[in-house]
Amino acid sequence: MYKVKVYVTLRESVLDPQGKAVMHSLHKMGQSEVEDVRIGKYLELTLQKGNYDLDEKIVAMCSKLLSNPVIEDYRYEVEEVVAQ
Amino acid sequence: MKFAVIVFPGSNCDTDMYHAVKDELGMDAEYVWHDASDLSKFDGILLPGGFSYGDYLRSGAIAQFSNVMSEVVKAAKEGKPVLGVCNGFQILLETGLLPGAMRRNESLKFICQPEELVVENAGTMFTTQYEKGEVISVPVAHGEGNYYCDEETLKALKQNNQIVFTYAENPNGSVEDIAGITNKEGNVLGMMPHPERAVDELLGSKDGLKLFQSIVKSWRERYVAAT
Repeated sequence: MYKVKVYVTLRESVLDPQGKAVMHSLHKMGQSEVEDVRIGKYLELTLQKGNYDLDEKIVAMCSKLLSNPVIEDYRYEVEEVVAQ
Repeated sequence: MKFAVIVFPGSNCDTDMYHAVKDELGMDAEYVWHDASDLSKFDGILLPGGFSYGDYLRSGAIAQFSNVMSEVVKAAKEGKPVLGVCNGFQILLETGLLPGAMRRNESLKFICQPEELVVENAGTMFTTQYEKGEVISVPVAHGEGNYYCDEETLKALKQNNQIVFTYAENPNGSVEDIAGITNKEGNVLGMMPHPERAVDELLGSKDGLKLFQSIVKSWRERYVAAT
């Protein structure tokens, strides 16, 4: 089995109003060192091993559904896990 | 003219949409569930607002893979009028029938109020009953109506006259005050404001009615007058 961890965030060029609001809040908390906050999504997929190209599959899922390439970027990590 | 009002789990403006074309215009209309696999008997497709699939992942993201959407794409390719309002617009963007994407409103607030819209293009099959530059009042109700597209797309939208409605006063941060756009061919319109909620003076405005009348008129000119 594979465990795939996908991180989706708004693209750098796209303003993240939610992140901005959280940053201002952190500043009010006294955390003045915080320069930027980007809010995103974290998804964990568990995949069966098989006769397929793993990266190709993940890219297809990320670009077609899990993220919207017009406004979002994604990155992912793969872990091999032994089925229980 | 026969309209399909597509209903997804979580749609909530379907009844308003149905009312606009059926009761106000006297056209045929049917609710069509999201798993339908044939839209060939319909002349126009209406994608209503709401929160399809609970807005899970992103607004409209899950709906793009429902059964009926491949039929909606087919209808669009055949040149049939396809109107997506609010969540319907978001679904059209996610499906790729229209360019761009929606972000959360700049204010992070859900905005629910009448908005003044400027008719930028009165030449589409959705707007022939308006005048170019006409200002109309149509309500908005959305949390994610902040339209975004890159420079290149924006240039193409302008060049092809695809920007149909803009906000007189931008409520959500939308690029170039965009409230509604069509595809290049002009038969798919997505807009955040709700014309179906502005079809009778009782509702505060009937400025949205002309949009539906335009669709019917264009259809009649194309199909009824020709035969």
